[in-house]
Amino acid sequence: MALSTRAPALRRKKMREKLRTVGFLSPWLVGFSVFFGYPLLATVYFSFMHYNQIEQPAFVGLKNWKYVLTQMPLFGPALWNTLWLVVVMVALRVVFGLGIGLLVTKIKSGAGFFRTAFYLPYLAPPVAATVAFVFLLNPGTGPVNEILGAIGIDAPSWFNDPNWAKPSLVLLSLWGIGDLMVIFMAALLDVPREQYEAAELDGAGAWGKFRYVTWPAITPIVMFAVVTGVVQTMQYYTQALVAGKLASGVTIAAGVVIQPGYPDHSTLTVPQLVYSLGFQNFNTGAACVLSLVLFVIAMAVTTLLMRKRAGLLPAED
Amino acid sequence: MPSARAGRILVAALAGAGLLVSGCARPSVGSDRDDPTKPVTLKFWHGWAERGEVKAVNDSIARFEKAHPNIKVETIGNVTDETMNQALRAGGSDAPDVVSSFTTNNVGQYCSSGMWADLDPFLKKSGVDKKKVFPKTLLDYTQFRGRQCALPLLADAFGLYYNKDAFRKAGIDRPPRTMSEFARDAVKLTRRDKDGSYRRVGFMPSFRLYQNSPDRMFAQWGPTYFDAKGKAALAKDPRSKDFFRTQLKLINAQGGYGPLEKFRTMFGDEMSSQNAFLTQKVAMHMDGEWRGRMLKEAKAPFHWDTAPLPVPDDQADTYGRGYLNGTVIGIAHSSMHQNAAWELVKFLTTDTDEVVSFANAIHNVPSTFGALNSPKLDADPTFRAFLDIAKNPHSSAPPPSNNGGQYITALQDFSYEVEAGRVPDLDKGLRTLDAQIDADNLQSEN
Repeated sequence: MALSTRAPALRRKKMREKLRTVGFLSPWLVGFSVFFGYPLLATVYFSFMHYNQIEQPAFVGLKNWKYVLTQMPLFGPALWNTLWLVVVMVALRVVFGLGIGLLVTKIKSGAGFFRTAFYLPYLAPPVAATVAFVFLLNPGTGPVNEILGAIGIDAPSWFNDPNWAKPSLVLLSLWGIGDLMVIFMAALLDVPREQYEAAELDGAGAWGKFRYVTWPAITPIVMFAVVTGVVQTMQYYTQALVAGKLASGVTIAAGVVIQPGYPDHSTLTVPQLVYSLGFQNFNTGAACVLSLVLFVIAMAVTTLLMRKRAGLLPAED
Repeated sequence: MPSARAGRILVAALAGAGLLVSGCARPSVGSDRDDPTKPVTLKFWHGWAERGEVKAVNDSIARFEKAHPNIKVETIGNVTDETMNQALRAGGSDAPDVVSSFTTNNVGQYCSSGMWADLDPFLKKSGVDKKKVFPKTLLDYTQFRGRQCALPLLADAFGLYYNKDAFRKAGIDRPPRTMSEFARDAVKLTRRDKDGSYRRVGFMPSFRLYQNSPDRMFAQWGPTYFDAKGKAALAKDPRSKDFFRTQLKLINAQGGYGPLEKFRTMFGDEMSSQNAFLTQKVAMHMDGEWRGRMLKEAKAPFHWDTAPLPVPDDQADTYGRGYLNGTVIGIAHSSMHQNAAWELVKFLTTDTDEVVSFANAIHNVPSTFGALNSPKLDADPTFRAFLDIAKNPHSSAPPPSNNGGQYITALQDFSYEVEAGRVPDLDKGLRTLDAQIDADNLQSEN
């Protein structure tokens, strides 16, 4: 009898606990549902629809998927460029950011000046920074090529050369390395001094201290930089679009159709193609397919990195 | 059991989401039952941005408001097609009633989707016989599959601007009329510095330069974009191949793609005092009629003149033709004041004095028969050349497509590849281009 009266009370208590948990989680649940769950479901829904954002959507089965994956010539170059940037730009940014971070933590005098100097470019608006780079690297009138020419170097055409356009974007991203530098600097300053002293007593040199003390301590930060870098680069849009448009020299005016990706689609990324398809051609279905492809790739790469991260982290007791 | 319950929840969630997203996709619907004699405020979006042009638009609106005291018009300028498209699709009370676009590329899409209202019922109601008011080419590019969803609001004709001083020094006595003469004169006019770098090119053939898009130059060949069934027909038309071969000939005759591209990067902004024709970096230049006004205002430090662009040697009898395009105007499908909006559209597009005044003010080609023959029209001979191009029966505009200007974009992409020398087999390339255009069109019609 006592057991039977206690059971409902226990259930009510558990229910209250569940409701409390849901209550605390609700801000996140609402945000996740409205800004991620619903858009994701809508993207899946429209990927099977013909919808020009004016007439009613009509179900077309896999036609949008077939169009994007087999008939759209720009899909291949856009995907290749995006993946190229993910591999090259993210890797170089992490290495360069870590290098600069190490440098500014070692500097004895004027450290504040150098930290500020390396961080400042990150504060420049992306569009302004890109405009400046395109101007500086203009093959005909830019000061960089004039200087290189004066010292006898046959300079490339940078943003105007399909082989150099992506490396030029990487240069631009390395110039604005301030965000990673700050993160790495904080991580490096957080490594316990006594571990370095112990390593020195064991006879470790500079490389040994980095390999066996610094690296294990900053691995979680490196993985954070890589994962966020991959996700950000998958969404790379502004700099590539502005650089392509400016370098092409095509006048941006009402009535002028400008295809992104100049020169020769070398700066075309998947997000640019999504915008172009979805909001210039109003081919919503195909744009949704592209978005889903990008989402799946980003998820796959992130999952892979997270698993690798688990392997890299020191075992916890 | 839990999996069955989870499945039901998932199905319900998907169904709910489906309803939600399809509900969001409903466009707003306007009305043509308003009384145009009642007080009303219209929103008019247009693309003009330069100060003089905006003033000309505002002057036109002032004349309209004087003639229609019950209608007030709020204008918003410098609106791109992209912005306008997005606003009309979003609908709502802030969306425009009357819209204009600098390009005819999207007319097919505007008409087929119903985004711009059909104007035929309004024309009929007002007793306007469109065929007697507007030239055929202009009427053709403002309708799609029998639906007249736009009307021409002035037109643009493309011709040749040339540096008369450079011509005289090079011993050339008149502008070229055929493509052979064009290539020959371009070489004669090209000047280099001692180190071999360009000081001036006769003609910069790059399809990326200012207004040099390939469809504009292609008009000199009178191309066939689509066959009777609506399929892309560029590969079947021998004029396509001839056009690209001529382009390559022009490029190679003046030094090749690489050096010309490098020289092009030294050109200043099209609308600035550093425009390459204005700074004499090019001696011949393809452009629209409006450039003449800019050259005069900038007080170009050389003598210049205008002429039709040359034509292919085997079509010499069509000399005088050119590419036509122009601003189009229509009524938004979502407008709740479509009759009042029509009063504005009718005034701007069919009133002869108004069309002439506006054309003179912004230096565009007028778009009605009455205005084209008006004695009040600007008598400047450099402008008159473009009026003749507009009247030429061989002049043409790209056909409207339900896929907007997507096929022009595909042509552009292909043309960039050709001029860079990356299409060794033109026949194969053109067949691939046709297949691409057809696939894009099919995708838009799904």
